[in-house]
Amino acid sequence: MNFETIIGLEVHAELKTNTKIFCNCSTEFGAPPNTHTCPVCLGHPGVLPVLNEQAVNFAMKAALAMNCDIAGETKFDRKNYFYPDNPKAYQISQFDQPIGENGWIDIETEENGPKRIGITRIHMEEDAGKLTHDEDGGHSLVDFNRVGTPLIEIVSEPDITTPEEGYAYLEKLKAILQYTDVSDCKMEEGSLRCDANISIRPAGQQEFGTKTELKNLNSFTNVQKGLAFEEERQEKELLAGGEVLQETRRWDDAKKETILMRIKEGSDDYRYFPEPDLVTYYINEDWKSRIRSLIPELPDARKKRYIEDFGLSEYDASVLVQSKAIADFFQETVNAGADSKLTANWLMGEVSGYLNNNDMDIEETALTPQSLAKLIELIEKGTISSKIAKQVFADVMEQGGDPEQIVKDKGLMQISDEGELKQVVDGILDNNPQSIEDYKNGKDKALGFLVGQVMKETKGKANPQMVNSLILEGMEQR
Amino acid sequence: MSILEESVASLHTKIKNQEVTVAELVKASFARIREVDADVKAFLTLNEDRALDQAEKLDKQIQNGGEVPFLFGLPAGIKDNIITEDLRTTCASQLLANFEPVHNATVMDKLGEAETVTIGKLNMDEFAMGSSTENSGMQETRNPWNTDYVPGGSSGGSAASVAAGEVLFSLGSDTGGSIREPASYCGVVGLKPTYGRVSRYGLVAFASSLDQIGPITRSVEDNAYVLQQIAGHSENDSTSADVQVPDYLEALGKDVKGLKIGVPSEYIGEGVDEGVKQRVLEALKVLKQQGAVWEEVSLPHSKYAVAAYYLIASSEASANLARFDGVRYGVRDENAKDLVEMYKETRSKGIGEEVKRRIMLGTFALSAGYYDAYYKKAQQVRTLIRRDFEKVFADYDVIVGPTAPTTAFKLGEQLDDPLTMYANDILTIPVNLAGIPAISVPCGFSDNMPVGLQIIAKPFAEETIYTVAHAFEQATEHHKARPEL
Repeated sequence: MNFETIIGLEVHAELKTNTKIFCNCSTEFGAPPNTHTCPVCLGHPGVLPVLNEQAVNFAMKAALAMNCDIAGETKFDRKNYFYPDNPKAYQISQFDQPIGENGWIDIETEENGPKRIGITRIHMEEDAGKLTHDEDGGHSLVDFNRVGTPLIEIVSEPDITTPEEGYAYLEKLKAILQYTDVSDCKMEEGSLRCDANISIRPAGQQEFGTKTELKNLNSFTNVQKGLAFEEERQEKELLAGGEVLQETRRWDDAKKETILMRIKEGSDDYRYFPEPDLVTYYINEDWKSRIRSLIPELPDARKKRYIEDFGLSEYDASVLVQSKAIADFFQETVNAGADSKLTANWLMGEVSGYLNNNDMDIEETALTPQSLAKLIELIEKGTISSKIAKQVFADVMEQGGDPEQIVKDKGLMQISDEGELKQVVDGILDNNPQSIEDYKNGKDKALGFLVGQVMKETKGKANPQMVNSLILEGMEQR
Repeated sequence: MSILEESVASLHTKIKNQEVTVAELVKASFARIREVDADVKAFLTLNEDRALDQAEKLDKQIQNGGEVPFLFGLPAGIKDNIITEDLRTTCASQLLANFEPVHNATVMDKLGEAETVTIGKLNMDEFAMGSSTENSGMQETRNPWNTDYVPGGSSGGSAASVAAGEVLFSLGSDTGGSIREPASYCGVVGLKPTYGRVSRYGLVAFASSLDQIGPITRSVEDNAYVLQQIAGHSENDSTSADVQVPDYLEALGKDVKGLKIGVPSEYIGEGVDEGVKQRVLEALKVLKQQGAVWEEVSLPHSKYAVAAYYLIASSEASANLARFDGVRYGVRDENAKDLVEMYKETRSKGIGEEVKRRIMLGTFALSAGYYDAYYKKAQQVRTLIRRDFEKVFADYDVIVGPTAPTTAFKLGEQLDDPLTMYANDILTIPVNLAGIPAISVPCGFSDNMPVGLQIIAKPFAEETIYTVAHAFEQATEHHKARPEL
């Protein structure tokens, strides 16, 4: 039997306002526990919320960038539930008048090509505190620094049909949030979080299958893995004559499987009602256009431009625009005079490798667009070899500085003087008659060995093309 | 006559001219409390040491030629659901028996600007839910006119303390009549301002869309002085109105010639005590003699007000009171074995019967499947009630009637019958639902207990209320009557 998969994603993104959504406490991440708190966010008796307008602006900006209709009239509601991370025992959220509805974003995957994914709604709410459970289960600690951080919840339509599409959707969503500069989108700091709903049904069936909800998906890769696991689990269950239950399941990254947390009976009753401590907000056309005018060029537009203006391949352009920081860096490096194709190669190769290995963002390194442009220029001019360039790159990445100066200071200029090189090559050939013999007997590897010896002798500075031809010439003369 | 019997204006002059010291006034206040509060039991917490220190400091300020604003140095009592920094604030609930706030309510900051002296915190029905102060989780306050009788509620301590001459004025809060009804029962002046006129920041919320802080005093003039000090927009309350505060003192002394009074037939009909009705009709006669005209009008949806109120107020309360879970402050049940048990035990033990009843009612009304039939329907009724008032105010300047259908009842008399208890607020609740201002002023006695006259006006027309109330008060002697304690 063929099944089709239906996936809906709920993404929570923290908005990067300086202060919390309903009080003046700082939203800075990583402060000592319970230092960014006040009677308002701690839910003391008698306190009242006052809406941070910047949060509304950021939410509206994100909603506009995701093609939503903006509510002319929007209000907040109370979502009631008891939990120690929720000091008022209700969360101020939006129920029936979210700031944005009926949006969409475009994605592209290898298997299904381009596709438009609908966004049901985007609403504003306050974040909860953070609980830490004691290992022995004796007690729990609560940190209220995060409580009251503004969030938007972005709910997708059930348009996503494969785990890969889910991944692509999240990548695009994150890119849009970063381009619009409304969220840091750092999953490791919890500023971006994702819950997934997934169900399967026999192909062609109209009604949806029973869905499970996946939690603890702490990276996009884990979202994809969790969905893939769940897709298979549900299929096996159905094929074995069983049924899928309405469950909340947790992704266990160590076991690479989803684990049952609880079975849901019906839906939770949060007893939503309009928040009487806040007033209704009216968003007029002026306000909307003011926010719209602040939206920069978004990833799709930028990708198109990179292909058209810089002749980048479709693939290179999509990779570069995924992160606004990298795309901006690319742009500035090219503006500083570097070749666009070489810049793209460097950013997608060495730079991205370094960032991944060191778990860093490009802003955290000492590399500047100017220094990268200079490095590329030095290679292009033949001043340094690609190999030396990698050595210089490591220095620039860690300590910064002008690559040209580093090359000079360390004497790393490429040796392209034929006389000088010939002398070295001759010496190497004299000392390695066996290799010459081997080469002549058809062992191509011997050439590589000889080139390597020259490079070793010149500390990697020799012009590799010249060394190559000089060795070939030299061997022929022997 | 005790010095505390004098008016705000008179004491202000005497303090300014150094005929009376603040210390004398404050000491007189505590002396009176020692004399009568064992019977009245209005106070839950006294602020004596700090009050005396402050009095000393203020007297020095005066000697050094410092400024003396109105209300400077005057002894005030504060209802115990208004947050006072470092001064225990319990809402008369065992759940908050140990709660000391870390900040002040906006009204306390405003009183602080005038350097009033907080004498202590006043008893009330737990979390302001009740009409007799018998729902206090702390103690039973008695009516100074007859200590076998209730003072009304929920601001029973606020009304009783002023009636008993323990403080010069007090602050109460009014969600469905909680300032006006006790003011009526205790024979004092109590104003519920327009919703949004006074900041609610620091008022422990019962029903956020209805709650409003207001002054309780012995005279209309004193009342205007206190409102003047506490009214106005505040940045930390989004529901406080950005509407200019007029000079309320200017409203006093104006005549009521040609003033049009609407008297709702629903307010003098069935269910209203004959004695109460007679006092109200006499009051109307007094106003008529001064040139006002009155006619019967109708507020046809009044009969649904109590039902709508108990749904809306209880729904909001079910959320507002959920934060009292024992996790961060207040009294926690320490024997619970897990989180859910801690919630349950803390709340079961700490919260009284009436509050539990309303939390359950509100929780039910908001539940999926019931929301439309109850909460939403009640909001629609609320709109109809507001329109009733708007229609009358299109033709009339004020609406006048009794504050409560009866005078004060005996302690314990209605305790087992919540619905009869709820009916005490039948004439005050519509005003809260409409968000408009109303006052209760003494208009005589029935069976030796005070009767209150309610004067209702349009939103932000507190001036009109003061004009009418003052004109009535000046033409009568009712406000001069004092209980014998």
